[in-house]
Amino acid sequence: MQISLNITETIQECLVSMMSESAAGYIAMVIIALIYLGIFSVAGLFLVLLERRVAAWFQLRIGPNRVGFQGLLQTMADALKLVSKELTGTDRADKFLYNLAPYFVIISALMALGLIPFTKEFQAFDINIGIFFLIAVSSIGVIGILLGGWASNNKFALIGAMRSGVQTISYELSVGLSLLTMILLTGSLQLSEIVELQKSGWLIVQGHIPAIIAFMIYMIAGTAETNRAPFDMVEAESELGAGFHTEYSGMKFAYFFLAEFINMFLIAAIATTVFFGAWLSPFGITESIPWLGVLWFLVKTLLLVFLMMWFRWTFPRLRVDQLLTLEWKYLLPINLVNIVVMAFIVWQNLIILI
Amino acid sequence: MSYFSNIFNGIKTLLTGMSITGKYFLNSRKGAITQQYPDNRDTLKMFDRFRGEVIMPHDENNEHACTGCQKCEIACPNGTIEIIWDRGIDEHTGKNKKKIDKFVYHLSMCTMCGLCIDVCPTDAIKWGQNFENSVYDRTALTRVLNKPDSKLRAGVED
Repeated sequence: MQISLNITETIQECLVSMMSESAAGYIAMVIIALIYLGIFSVAGLFLVLLERRVAAWFQLRIGPNRVGFQGLLQTMADALKLVSKELTGTDRADKFLYNLAPYFVIISALMALGLIPFTKEFQAFDINIGIFFLIAVSSIGVIGILLGGWASNNKFALIGAMRSGVQTISYELSVGLSLLTMILLTGSLQLSEIVELQKSGWLIVQGHIPAIIAFMIYMIAGTAETNRAPFDMVEAESELGAGFHTEYSGMKFAYFFLAEFINMFLIAAIATTVFFGAWLSPFGITESIPWLGVLWFLVKTLLLVFLMMWFRWTFPRLRVDQLLTLEWKYLLPINLVNIVVMAFIVWQNLIILI
Repeated sequence: MSYFSNIFNGIKTLLTGMSITGKYFLNSRKGAITQQYPDNRDTLKMFDRFRGEVIMPHDENNEHACTGCQKCEIACPNGTIEIIWDRGIDEHTGKNKKKIDKFVYHLSMCTMCGLCIDVCPTDAIKWGQNFENSVYDRTALTRVLNKPDSKLRAGVED
């Protein structure tokens, strides 16, 4: 297995001069993990703010604009409030699993972030089974949701968790298959290689019609994966209170909340990497300035995040049977046909290259 | 074949919905309905049918239109209105007539149902637009609506 820790190299070199190589490797990993943790918990908070402002604009409101300039510190203040709150729990709850569940959710969300190539250098963990690893790790989150719902000793939480299980396991298929469609084109699971390949045209252009269909399926299934409206039956405020995290308060609730937004960012980031050329600028206009890659990556990702917010504030919630009909009768057959079409295109070399 | 038409119908209707919310998103700067309340206190104008409190309008001669008929007091389901009245010589006609001494209005008991205003035969009481009704002492919520030394406007009873 070829693992190259690109951004860790500088830190590791610095540490190697002070201690043995293996110790330096571990310490470098810890430092990188802390850097990621810091960046993305703050980024998650700003995503929450973005969501609230965008939601407000969709509903002809103004949104939070009092704390800090244009409300920039609003979610920071909210997080501070949540930290200082009491951690409550239900009677006869399974205390161990109840306390474990939020960490499953937040750790699986943060773990997948390490693979995302923000630029050529800024990628913590470039594993050769990248896409596979991403799909695998992002589906661990559902275990946390199921544990939380089960251990809460609350009917609403249990119903929410079970719905989440049904939903995530169904839509996992579509996410996997739509990404597999693109893997046919790249022939590699490693994210850095996928990005390298897109220097001759983003994959959504290279793969044209089947790639666009795959992208649409990916966005629908990805929205369902993150349990956001219109697929938010897991939380379904009007039916279940708050679903699986009904009984959580304070910081544990904040973990669930933050994980939802990091997952949303993650889904958008994977779509950016696989379909829209990650940190590559359109037509290579800023190829000479490599650090601008982060900017391009964030612009593309936030546009896709905005698309998901647009879905959320437009569409009404689906029923459970409608949700399963959509997956098993529409998305999955279309996806399978789409893979065959993509295979045909790759075989006949009908790819559009710029 | 309805399978494929279902898909295209689905996508079409979803896009219709998204275009509508998209238009709202783009126009939100101009058409935001949020009132930034403490900032726009000077320019904030409540809408016509807003029910803030019951008021009794007085004209420039300090005259009101309340004849003291007590219909509002009877109509009120909560006992919000108390009219303290007396009989006195009417200066226009010289007859001994009913006059209000104090029109007492307990805002703390009022549910803003509007029955008193509907029932008033002379339109002496109306809805006020004031909504900043909070006070530190609840006795301040008991108000006398007729101003001191105010009189009945001539010709109201005709």
